[in-house]
Amino acid sequence: MNKLENRMNELKRAGKKALIAFLTAGDPNLAVSAKLLNVLAENGADVIELGVPFSDPLADGPVLQASAVRALAAGITLDDVFLLAVRFCEKFATPLVLLAYYNTIYRRGVEQFCREAAEAGFSAIVVPDLPYEEAGRLDLATASTGLINIRFLAPTTRESRMERICKSSAGFIYCVTVTGVTGQRSSLDPGMQTLLAKARKYTDLPLALGFGISTPEQAATAAAAADAVIVGSALVAQIENVKDPAEKCVVAGTFISSLKRAIEGGTQEFA
Amino acid sequence: MKDSGRFGIFGGRYVPETLIQALDELEGAYLAARVDEAFQHAYNEVLLNYVGRPTLLYRAERLSAKLGGATILLKREDLNHTGAHKINNALGQALLAKRMGKKRLVAETGAGQHGVAAATAAALFGMECVVYMGEQDMGRQALNVFRIRMLGAEVVPVCSGSATLKDAANEAIRAWVTNCRDTFYLLGSAVGPHPYPTLVRDLQSVIGKEARAQSLQLLGRLPDILIACVGGGSNAIGLFHPFLADETVRMIGVEPAGKGLETQEHAATLTMGTPGILHGTLSYLLQDEYGQISPVHSVSAGLDYPGVGPEHSYLKSIGRAEYATITDEEALAAFALLTRTEGIIPALESAHAVAHAVKIAPQYDSETVILVNLSGRGDKDVQAVAKLREVAAG
Ligand SMILES: Cc1ncc(COP(=O)(O)O)c(C=O)c1O
Repeated sequence: MNKLENRMNELKRAGKKALIAFLTAGDPNLAVSAKLLNVLAENGADVIELGVPFSDPLADGPVLQASAVRALAAGITLDDVFLLAVRFCEKFATPLVLLAYYNTIYRRGVEQFCREAAEAGFSAIVVPDLPYEEAGRLDLATASTGLINIRFLAPTTRESRMERICKSSAGFIYCVTVTGVTGQRSSLDPGMQTLLAKARKYTDLPLALGFGISTPEQAATAAAAADAVIVGSALVAQIENVKDPAEKCVVAGTFISSLKRAIEGGTQEFA
Repeated sequence: MKDSGRFGIFGGRYVPETLIQALDELEGAYLAARVDEAFQHAYNEVLLNYVGRPTLLYRAERLSAKLGGATILLKREDLNHTGAHKINNALGQALLAKRMGKKRLVAETGAGQHGVAAATAAALFGMECVVYMGEQDMGRQALNVFRIRMLGAEVVPVCSGSATLKDAANEAIRAWVTNCRDTFYLLGSAVGPHPYPTLVRDLQSVIGKEARAQSLQLLGRLPDILIACVGGGSNAIGLFHPFLADETVRMIGVEPAGKGLETQEHAATLTMGTPGILHGTLSYLLQDEYGQISPVHSVSAGLDYPGVGPEHSYLKSIGRAEYATITDEEALAAFALLTRTEGIIPALESAHAVAHAVKIAPQYDSETVILVNLSGRGDKDVQAVAKLREVAAG
């Protein structure tokens, strides 16, 4: 079984919610990025989602756009992202999910991309601009390399599509909490409850809430409602202005462990 | 019947899940409107009595004589209300928005002509309008920024990336993702996710339909060669599409070679690019080996775009249309030439099409007819051209 599926199942059996932490690979550079990944794993991230920096990230708000700009300015390429994963997997068992815009995948060659991602140690791929209807070629390539193609549900997804998406999913389902791009929000969209309830009708897979979850309090609320919480922009925002690499790691570690505590507390509170 | 949204392998719908519902709604509304007589009537009515269509097919005798070759006809889209072909599309989409009950429009713009057209449609139909425009383009197309604001629309400066059309489209799409329930994305060219390339092409096809009928009337036959500039490709596909079945008619799309194809500073997507995905569609792209979108350049803001409409990629792949390139310098020379010989100041975008006609006309005799789409007028460019001349004069 896939490493990601295993981890999600273990957590489920233990009655725990998953914390999925997102970072752009190579922001601000390869060396610091590698250290930050270790810090996430050491401080309670159950799964790490690593983004390939892209010049035109349509689904991202200002924080992750700026993060991609920094990584690209540092000269980070897809090959560097694979290398980061290889190094990380030598030390940690934490499953890695690769986030890439579809042009990155298409340009490398869909099949070759999946082979290389699997070899580098990734368990799954998530593509923010590839809806279910366009995913045929990637689905074949992920299936034949043991990867999972994680699918999205949005607050605007019709129920008839939701069923098809859920039934063809694996690993977890990425439920977008807001109608919008990534980025911090002052409050969670109450519509997320409706989305989760509808999705639950069609699948027993873990439902992960992502986009806009910014604080430990919000993470706790999201964890109480779903099976996993994805935090990206808020993590990047915590560390983007911290210059010193060692301090960056401390800040990231502190933030991740505060999210982890909130999520675990939240689970108990609502159990 | 549902359209596949594919032109050969090109096209499709590569967008975040959030937008699928909005695109499905748009497609449904468009398919219904396409066969609805009331909608077609309203669209034709606004083209006739507001835009001022049909536009002239003008025989450029002095230009033809000066070049001493083929006979050159100009399809005068510059005579449209607001000064470019962009209004054909903007009004059609705004009517569709109205039909769908949407009261708010977002649009991207490069040269500002689409921004002006969208703001005009919003004023005419009593809608709110937000236009995203790259900061670099706001500088070189300042006149259009004033016009858009004067018309009551909001202009949002975009400073990410190269601060040009590509980045404005990124921001417009992000704004649409966020407000897709009540906002209509009024896309300005034949690019983007399905159904936009088809929708924009159909709305711009009025250019080719008129040009075809006018040629038959004026010459008793079809032209031999069609020439149009290609940014995203809307004026070109609008001209070409009604002629696709006419096998004797050659079609040439003209891309901006900027400072030269041997430099990195051009935006000749079909000529120099490779297939990839940008702004929701699979088409030719200017990109690096890792799929990062390349910074591009053209003196003309409306052509300064690293992508191109998927139907052009398809027409290139099957050899039905050809794509040539014209440098900044050649376009500026054609801008001056048309102004002096015919008293018509073309948009810098359209000057690329004129320049290609200037280049090839001498190879033919006057029996050969070249029809050039004069997609817009050049008032918006006069200041920028004057500044370039000052710089050149030192
Ligand atoms: C006058 C004019 N012509 C051409 C273009 C290029 O767009 P397209 O290739 O979609 O016709 C523009 C774009 O702004 C324009 O303003």
